[in-house]
Amino acid sequence: MIQGHQTWVFPSRPVILASAAVGGPFEASGALANDFDLLHQDLFLGQGSFEKAEKKMLEQACELAVDKAGLKKEDVTFFLSGDLMNQIISSGFTARTLGIPFLGIFGACSSAIEGLALAGQLVDSNSAHHVLAGTSSHNGSVEKQFRYPTEYGAQKPPTAQWTVTGAGAALVSAAGNGPIITSATIGRVVDMGMSDPFNLGAAMAPAAVDTIQAHLRDLGRDPSYYDLIATGDLGSVGYHIACDLLKKHGIDIPEGIYTDCGILIYQDDQPVIAGGSGCGCSAVVTYGHFMKRMLKGELKRILVVGTGALLSPLSYQQKESIPCIAHAVSIES
Amino acid sequence: MSNKKYKKLTPTQQEYQRFAKEREPKRSVLFNIAKAFLVGGTICTIGQGLQMFFVTYFNFTEKTAGNPTVAVLIFASALLTGLGVYDHIAQWGGAGTAVPVTGFANTVTSAAIEHRSEGYVLGVGGNMFKIAGPVIVFGVFSAFVVAIIKIAVQVLGGVK
Repeated sequence: MIQGHQTWVFPSRPVILASAAVGGPFEASGALANDFDLLHQDLFLGQGSFEKAEKKMLEQACELAVDKAGLKKEDVTFFLSGDLMNQIISSGFTARTLGIPFLGIFGACSSAIEGLALAGQLVDSNSAHHVLAGTSSHNGSVEKQFRYPTEYGAQKPPTAQWTVTGAGAALVSAAGNGPIITSATIGRVVDMGMSDPFNLGAAMAPAAVDTIQAHLRDLGRDPSYYDLIATGDLGSVGYHIACDLLKKHGIDIPEGIYTDCGILIYQDDQPVIAGGSGCGCSAVVTYGHFMKRMLKGELKRILVVGTGALLSPLSYQQKESIPCIAHAVSIES
Repeated sequence: MSNKKYKKLTPTQQEYQRFAKEREPKRSVLFNIAKAFLVGGTICTIGQGLQMFFVTYFNFTEKTAGNPTVAVLIFASALLTGLGVYDHIAQWGGAGTAVPVTGFANTVTSAAIEHRSEGYVLGVGGNMFKIAGPVIVFGVFSAFVVAIIKIAVQVLGGVK
């Protein structure tokens, strides 16, 4: 049900029945290692390429989420998924394995939240019983596609981020026990003319702020309504810009509420420069860390704002600026 | 950032870019140059040592020792790339690892390893010079231009 300009509210209270997070070796030595369902020590997962490893991770996350919900694959009505690979191959190939009716989505690194918002809407509008929303990213495959070969020795600037090797999936259902998706705000594309692909945090921050602002406006809420507001992958650079930008726009978020998944996921001593990024970043932190904390009762109401940079290596080479988007989903227990 | 870069942007975009720029971590150019000097210098010193080694023990002259020296450096760089070490040195060393011949070897090796999954012909063969290619193209082209200039000057009765 639409409320305000761009926000869906879900009166039927769709439930996140189960969620799963799978990570790679770098995430295993990160700050949230305990919140993953499955961690791999081998970056290749025993597969022949990074791309195949990414697909494998997404399959595992999806199967784990379905298992944890106590369902079978045949029970799931739809599978929504997106990733950063060209033609979203990780998602398409995973859908082939799962055999669940599939809708491919793309919102770059906001795909996890875009999927969750759509899953909530499908269930709330009675168009589905159970919807599986997943996404993945792999450091090797993403760096290979968007930047340089992984072993190429180019010095990265202090604003660069580290693509998370991870996959996350959530199973959204009409009934059951678990955290509830209460609303979702669909963001608009914001382009501040930033064109440096090694500074995506600063490029995406205005989109995140725009969506947070729209969400609070549409629902007439104060930021203090939430125990936690988390952006997807702004990293330390984008996070600090977003903090100041929120203040500038008159949104006063009390201390300790606003955070960023890209900052939370790694330890301070890991060489990730400005923090984590990629589809997997917001997915594993939300479906692993935040869900666990909600189930423990540490968090009651959270707002996750997935941020995505809608660029391609080609658009960058043609000197285009970077259009960015952010979608927000509020989850309450 | 120059003012020219801002020209095409709207006032809001310009304002945001200045806002963001103020909040980005600053890079210490001087420190980075010092690191590049140290790392690049070390690589060149190793090269010099190799050259002396070939002259002293293998009957090479100072001129002919260049080839085996470069070959050893390229091999070492390719090996370190394959072992996944070179990119870490490069993150610290910056231009110090990019400028010497080891940097060139790294671009070729890293691309070859990366695209091995797409097969030897389309993967390794097609992508090996993905990063090194432009260096070769413009290197050869600028050598051609310089040669033309030299010949032109000679024909016009300049430097003999």
